[in-house]
Amino acid sequence: MKRPQRTTRAPQPPQGPGATRRQHLALNQWLRSYGRLHAQVFISSLGRLYRNPFSSLLTTAVIAIALALPSGLLVILDNLQRLNTTWDGSSSISLFMRQTTSDAQTDRLANELKSWPRIAAVHIIHRDQALEEFRELSGFGEALNALEENPLPGVLVVKPGNPDETEALLDDLGRLPEVELAQIDLQWVRRFGTLMDIGRRGILVVGALLAIAVLLIVGNTIRLDIQNRRDEIEVSKLIGGTDAFIRRPFLYIGLWYGLLGALLAWILVSLGFLLIDAPARQLATLYDSSFLLAGLSWQGIGILLLTGIGLGLAGSWLAVGRHLDDIEPT
Amino acid sequence: MIRFDNVSKRYPGGYEALSGLNFHLPRGQMAFLTGHSGAGKSTLLKLIALIERANQGQIHIDGVNLARVGRRGIPYLRRKIGITFQSHKLLFDRTVFDNVALPLVISGYGTAEIGRRVRAALDKVGLLGKERAYPITLSGGEQQRVGIARAVVNKPTLLLADEPTGNLDPELSREIMQLFAQFNQVGVTVLVASHDLDLISQMPHPILRLKQGRLIETGGIPET
Repeated sequence: MKRPQRTTRAPQPPQGPGATRRQHLALNQWLRSYGRLHAQVFISSLGRLYRNPFSSLLTTAVIAIALALPSGLLVILDNLQRLNTTWDGSSSISLFMRQTTSDAQTDRLANELKSWPRIAAVHIIHRDQALEEFRELSGFGEALNALEENPLPGVLVVKPGNPDETEALLDDLGRLPEVELAQIDLQWVRRFGTLMDIGRRGILVVGALLAIAVLLIVGNTIRLDIQNRRDEIEVSKLIGGTDAFIRRPFLYIGLWYGLLGALLAWILVSLGFLLIDAPARQLATLYDSSFLLAGLSWQGIGILLLTGIGLGLAGSWLAVGRHLDDIEPT
Repeated sequence: MIRFDNVSKRYPGGYEALSGLNFHLPRGQMAFLTGHSGAGKSTLLKLIALIERANQGQIHIDGVNLARVGRRGIPYLRRKIGITFQSHKLLFDRTVFDNVALPLVISGYGTAEIGRRVRAALDKVGLLGKERAYPITLSGGEQQRVGIARAVVNKPTLLLADEPTGNLDPELSREIMQLFAQFNQVGVTVLVASHDLDLISQMPHPILRLKQGRLIETGGIPET
């Protein structure tokens, strides 16, 4: 069959081997009109959503909620994890002195321990200091005044040099004669870590289920759209629209749904963050902590948007693959 | 341009719509295709546009054997053929301009080129003032002409028309047929299916006559 004239700017079907300069030119034109087709559909598909604001908004909102839920949970989990790392100091060992040990003896022991290569730092809390702190923090001030004698022992807080040797060090320190009890809070740090792992996996499962939900929502919306535009698809096929041409507007609509849903999810998560930020600050002040809630990171926002777009595209691809072939002109 | 060699088409269920068709419509020729309803006129046009495929025999369009055109090749074949339909098949949610522009949009033309070509096509069918109108506001004859403008806007080498005068009064029918004759005069090969014998017998073009799926008269068109 004769090739269409070169003066036209129509895209050509892929050409066989033996590329000449003329074909090179044709490829150039093909690329240009290909880009034009995409730009056209990119805008017109957004316009199509705009013309049906209610149903578009409804679909977008459902997608947004489905995306916001796991994102929000992940933000909370990340904050808890950061809280955990600020508590990493809890893996230091507290040495409670015997009641008979004087402050001077405690100081001497502290100096000795500082020379141990396995120990990074030693912090001394004398008996009076401990009582003072307890009086301030516990609110039992009046009751403590009634005591004749300070019931609290002196404490040495020992920071191990190598966190992996903490437990061996604990044994050795426990055997020192001045020490009543050597205690480590590692156990609950571990439990907390395990809990976080469970939480993370739980969110993963919920997230996967919600991702499938987004896929189905987009797929179903696109399926309805395909049915509504049956005539258009049939006519397009009759006058030479390729499968790619017919598929394209639906894929772009899926992309827009995913992107807009993700943007709305971002807004929802940020709103939720604003709501709990103030009380969290108050709580941190109460605990005398400088801990600050962290919202979605830029990286997190990027992942959220890409996930939205990916799910939107995948959902519409599924619908298009299943339903477009059913419509053939007769 | 159109060459049928012993072509038969049987629909699922055993109904034989066309059997043993042989003819050759040369490039630049215009011809009519006639016969009672059910004689196979529409089926013949559908075979040419690959809306249906023949069960037997070979069809060549512009030198291309249609049996060799795969699913992916069909759109590119159809872009070289302009087709008008009895039911017009216009999109009612778009203006006349957008309807006519669709083949050009599909082919990826730029906006300026589309505007120029659409206006030229509308001018030829006498609807230049109606480009912003919606098809639903047009009469049957005007809708048919929008369909013709859409069929010719991509400058096809072959124009097929299925009952273009179906529901029109004689005066309008004549105008539509004259329009096809004009396109033929500038070199387009035209095949018009019509049962309006009074009208087509007045025109100086050969008539292919189908009866129960067989070609019983070729009006001087060479058989192959």
